Amino acid sequence: MATVELKNLRKTYLTEEIIKGISLSIEEREFVVFVGPSGCGKSTLLRMIAGLEDITSGDLLIDGQRVNDVEPGKRGLAMVFQSYALYPHMDVYKNMEFGLKLAGMPEAERREKIEHVARTLQLEPYLHHKPGQLSGGQRQRVAIGRAIVRNPKVFLFDEPLSNLDAALRGQMRVELSALHRKLGATTIYVTHDQVEAMTMADKIVVLQKGVVEQIGSPLELYHHPRNLFVARFIGSPPMNFFPAIFQGGDSAGSSVQLRDGSILYVPVTSPGLLPGTKVTVGIRPEHVELASSGPNSGVVEVVERLGAITLVHVRMPDGEIIVVQTDGAVLTEVETRVSLTLPPRNCHLFAPDGLAFEACHRHPLAA
Amino acid sequence: MALKTKTSTRIGVTILGWGIALWLFFPIFWMILTSFKSEVQAISTPPKLFFMPTLSSYGEVFERASYWHFALNTVIVSVGATAIAVALAVPAAYSMAFLPSKRTRGTLLWMLSTRMLPPVGVLVPIYLLARNTHLLDTCTGLAVVDMLTNLPIIVWMLYTFFREVPAPILEAGRMDGATRWQEMTMVLLPLALPGIASTALLSLILCWNEAFWSLNLTSSHAAPLTAFIASFSSPEGLFFGKLSAASTLAVAPILVFGWISQKQLVRGLTFGAVK
Repeated sequence: MATVELKNLRKTYLTEEIIKGISLSIEEREFVVFVGPSGCGKSTLLRMIAGLEDITSGDLLIDGQRVNDVEPGKRGLAMVFQSYALYPHMDVYKNMEFGLKLAGMPEAERREKIEHVARTLQLEPYLHHKPGQLSGGQRQRVAIGRAIVRNPKVFLFDEPLSNLDAALRGQMRVELSALHRKLGATTIYVTHDQVEAMTMADKIVVLQKGVVEQIGSPLELYHHPRNLFVARFIGSPPMNFFPAIFQGGDSAGSSVQLRDGSILYVPVTSPGLLPGTKVTVGIRPEHVELASSGPNSGVVEVVERLGAITLVHVRMPDGEIIVVQTDGAVLTEVETRVSLTLPPRNCHLFAPDGLAFEACHRHPLAA
Repeated sequence: MALKTKTSTRIGVTILGWGIALWLFFPIFWMILTSFKSEVQAISTPPKLFFMPTLSSYGEVFERASYWHFALNTVIVSVGATAIAVALAVPAAYSMAFLPSKRTRGTLLWMLSTRMLPPVGVLVPIYLLARNTHLLDTCTGLAVVDMLTNLPIIVWMLYTFFREVPAPILEAGRMDGATRWQEMTMVLLPLALPGIASTALLSLILCWNEAFWSLNLTSSHAAPLTAFIASFSSPEGLFFGKLSAASTLAVAPILVFGWISQKQLVRGLTFGAVK
């Protein structure tokens, strides 16, 4: 098992800078997820670590050794690709054997390793099938098996589940988590799916346009997003935002005035902020409460009933849509007028530059 | 109604297909037919479709020239030229398909453009080069020229086939510790084999039938089958029977070869479209 360290990593294609100086350290056995919208550079960053893309500047260290100029196969990594990338002309056994053979491992040892991994991944019946004869899930298992047999220091996953259907994706997610616990290998996992990020990661790295927006545990990102981008990106449905005017603050909180004139006292500190500054209040759909009357009222436009929960989309007087996640049995109907209550303890406050103000109290699960 | 249109369209297309095929095949058919005629029958008007076949033309052709000498030269030149061309084109196409730079496209187009130049335009320089390097009338000299004329097409075809191979598969090979060479030989080549085979076949056919350079760069020692045919066309006037017999002998091997490998050829040429 190994540590991975990125020191001010940069990547330039022609004249465009894709990765703009990323520093990050990944501990032994840690499961790190790179997440971000498409084009944010997460896959490029992973490929730089893998050695499939050159590093323009900065240092990449694996176990303390600088590996910028080391061949991909000699970095001690194994990668699982989105498209599985199995060798179509080899059967499952040979797919897993390929890397071991190149490494010069004796045949008996190869056989033992492959059979062991095949047992773990329930691939034994398919060892002599070609990839073309396997289902998507089985191919994915073979790709994972091919990575495991090499006994790498670090596993790299590049959106490994995005080609699977929803049910299988859920199942593989659980299997991958279990496998990680069992193998205890350092893992770097790239996805655009925040459910995968939230459920599997020890540490999430949120990327946007080649820069790190925030690094933290899943619940840290959920409860204490560092800026508007992370707040919007983590959590589903995304966080709601209300424009507000800063009124003043002290060490226990800050008061802001919403569009409808109501005053909210949010428990965040706002040092140095001048009264009258435009700020943004954020609150997650699951924290907004519905009331039949009161301030902050709007008209229900869509009601999405998911069984256990209901998502109520409310159009506010300023035209913005606010999503409220509420009980599955709520009786709200479209075209009715509802009022929204924003519990201050669940509110976030963002400065005009998008940065979040520090909460007075850290969430116990996101210390 | 729709079904009716479909059926009539199908019949029309079938007739058209057969018509074109027969039209293309007719000269070959007539050549083979003529080769079994006597010289008098060969030039009779109206042309005879039914006659008493004779092997006299073949006998005379074999008597007058050493068919096997020419055939061997053709085999050496086409196989040699194809083997060298494919060996050179594989790495070239690999680099263009998987490590493209901003000049790759231009290079490819430029390579193809060399095929648009009429060969006679470079006849004198090539002839002089061959003479000065003592490659005139040698199989090596002809093979080198054939190889060079076909190289652009071979690179193009291989490039297209290689582009069909998903890059992540090669990257997986690299992650597994394969060197570039191993990646090419152990992963790419097996995957692109149908494409490589059909490219080689095409090159073989082109080299086999190549006449311009054979006639200009060889005389006796290295003369291939195309020169063998030509030798029956001039001095004493045209003898269609013998000429047809010689031509039939010259094209028969490649025709049979093409027939046997047509499945491979078609598969290679439509590779990717039906993956």
